[in-house]
Amino acid sequence: MVRRTLSFFDERLSVSRFVRSSLDKVFPDHYAFLLGEIALYCFIVLVLTGIFLTFFFNASSTEVVYHGAYHPLVGADVSDAYRSTLELSFSVRAGLVMRQVHHWAALVFIAAIVAHLLRIFFSGAFRKPRELNWMIGVTMLILAIFNGFAGYSLPDDLLSGTGLRIAFSIAESIPLIGTWIAFLLFGGEYPSERIIGRLFAIHTIIVPALLSGLIAAHLAMVWRQKHTQFPGDGHTEDTVEGPKLWPTYAMKSLGLFFAVAAVLCLLGGLFQINPIWLYGPYHAYQVSSPAQPDWYMGWLEGALRLFPPWEIRAFGFEIPNPFFPAVFLGGVTFLGLYAWPFIESWLTRDREVHHLLDRPRDHPFRSSVGAATLSFYSVLFFAASNDLVAKWLKVPVADVTNAFRVAVLVVPLVVFLLTHRLLRALARSGAPRFSSMPRQALRKGFRPAEPSA
Amino acid sequence: MTEETEPREERLGQRPAPQPELQPEPTGGKPGGRAIALAFIVSLLASIALGVVYALGGQPQLEGTLLFFSFGGIAAGFITWGGTLLPQGPYVQERHPLEQGPLQQEETTETFEEGAEDLERRRLLIRLMTGAFVALGAALVFPVRSLGSRPGGSLFLTAWRRGARAVDEHNKPVRPEDLDVGGVLTVFPEGNAGSADSQTLLIKLGSGEYRPPPGRENWAVGDIVAFSKVCTHAGCPVGLYEAETHRLYCPCHQSVFAVLDGAVPTSGPATRPLPQLPLAVDADGYLVAQGDYHEPIGPGFWNRDR
Repeated sequence: MVRRTLSFFDERLSVSRFVRSSLDKVFPDHYAFLLGEIALYCFIVLVLTGIFLTFFFNASSTEVVYHGAYHPLVGADVSDAYRSTLELSFSVRAGLVMRQVHHWAALVFIAAIVAHLLRIFFSGAFRKPRELNWMIGVTMLILAIFNGFAGYSLPDDLLSGTGLRIAFSIAESIPLIGTWIAFLLFGGEYPSERIIGRLFAIHTIIVPALLSGLIAAHLAMVWRQKHTQFPGDGHTEDTVEGPKLWPTYAMKSLGLFFAVAAVLCLLGGLFQINPIWLYGPYHAYQVSSPAQPDWYMGWLEGALRLFPPWEIRAFGFEIPNPFFPAVFLGGVTFLGLYAWPFIESWLTRDREVHHLLDRPRDHPFRSSVGAATLSFYSVLFFAASNDLVAKWLKVPVADVTNAFRVAVLVVPLVVFLLTHRLLRALARSGAPRFSSMPRQALRKGFRPAEPSA
Repeated sequence: MTEETEPREERLGQRPAPQPELQPEPTGGKPGGRAIALAFIVSLLASIALGVVYALGGQPQLEGTLLFFSFGGIAAGFITWGGTLLPQGPYVQERHPLEQGPLQQEETTETFEEGAEDLERRRLLIRLMTGAFVALGAALVFPVRSLGSRPGGSLFLTAWRRGARAVDEHNKPVRPEDLDVGGVLTVFPEGNAGSADSQTLLIKLGSGEYRPPPGRENWAVGDIVAFSKVCTHAGCPVGLYEAETHRLYCPCHQSVFAVLDGAVPTSGPATRPLPQLPLAVDADGYLVAQGDYHEPIGPGFWNRDR
């Protein structure tokens, strides 16, 4: 059976050698290498649950009166998008689970991408020859964040509708072309009848198609270049070690897919997510409070909240306030990510091919830059909840905002210095891990730099 | 997937590294095998139960939990199978150098340049081709232009006109007496209930509390003032009013506006006051606008001041 199938394809496409070398392909085994796979499997779950949802969702802003199964909203003026989302949640069997699994999968998808990116960063896996794949990965992160936003905007509820209003304002804030961009994107002045339909096309066709292509390229490059590996255990730059794809690695990886699906189903079944019936339908003159976006938008939301009330106005031109925290910071963030492999190789003058990974301590500067950057975005993320923090601490929001404004500048600096010292001390001590590092070495690391050995 | 083009690598093949112990045979009798069998049985039973739950009308929490066991059973089975009963290696595979070498690169460059020279001989054709491409590119902009209306003046105007009655979200006109001290009401120009850019907040202050900025002395009716409800930062409705402190809060980014001083921002990211709508009362005693806002409402854009 296998032979007949193979000979059918081999006679036509000359594939048997490729298939054999693929089955024999060796994959290094390390738990940190699973993060990208988790992202991939979330994507598959997203596609499958997403297809189910498209069969019930109506991407329409047409106003209808709600007469569905959710009694508190009966008689309310809602859009058909909102109505159909309630319908698929309450009146379609397994609909709510599908919708919640879809939403959870999106949250975990982006979390897995970010964790994968951090693993790649701190282990130096982006270095030559893998810069291109790093850039593909960054592109997928941008697309994933964008598609997450587009997706949770579809139900046209009060929380996401407000998010769209902010998105319009951010587009509007771009100098010279901002108003045109906003009007072309939304199909006219906010709120537009067209935006839900457009987001639906973007969310269900355009971005998933792009992601599928990029995932294929991403994996093809890993295939071509072979996986990186941590040093030690006699690993060398010239070899890969681990189980073969067939059958061991395939079995484990397939198992991981089922594990990811299992966890997402449990989350979707037991943990309520995006209960749009509690937020209510969107009306441009209403707003919910507190209002926090999905986690991956938190850094942008936090930046919008923290940026001081500055804007540039001169000669009848204006660069509005949201431009700086949203467009400029967003642009710098992703340009910085794209450029990092080249910036680092320029700084270190390292033009060599690397297949063996770094441990974070092997490159304290890079690791400290990474840790500081991560802390910067973490502060922004928490600043997106400045209203909630103020409520918990019972202090004025303005004070919380000011504290965050200081923290967002100070914390990264402290984190940079601390990480640098700690990693240098760890590297010098030669200890296998932090916990086994002698205290003396730790103290030494904090002394002023001595001429390095 | 790309095809491996170098048979050299295949011949090198993989040599298993010396293995410390023999791999157990993949049979069901071994301890690993029993755990795997159990995992698959759990999955199977959960899937059957899932069918029953669905047939009985469905129940989200049960569905999610059963799906967890359906998928999780297979996951546990596969991962245990892959981790215990199958050959772990480690196998060692050679990496082949990625670079195909300067010679290859040189020859490829030459091949390309020879072809390019053949093309470049026809200068006129090249120029015409470039022109055609540029024109085509320009032509393709037109469909993009259809995506939305021209921003033009629409950001500078709202639906408020001289004499337009203020109505609530149900189109009901409003009289000054309808508001108590400390009360707020969202209003729209008559015929535009629910309008995004014309949404306006009526606020009734205590007598004599309002300190109108110069030139706006006649914009209030009694102690009722009207401000645009669209935040000047990022456009959210400024939905929270704290009557004791006379402050408006935007729930999106926590901008705060001091109503008594003409809704100037006092904290948060907003840079400009909420525009004030000049109010009057018509012959029938209803609140009306004296005209449109005197400046564009809402968040900034590059030519707002023009």
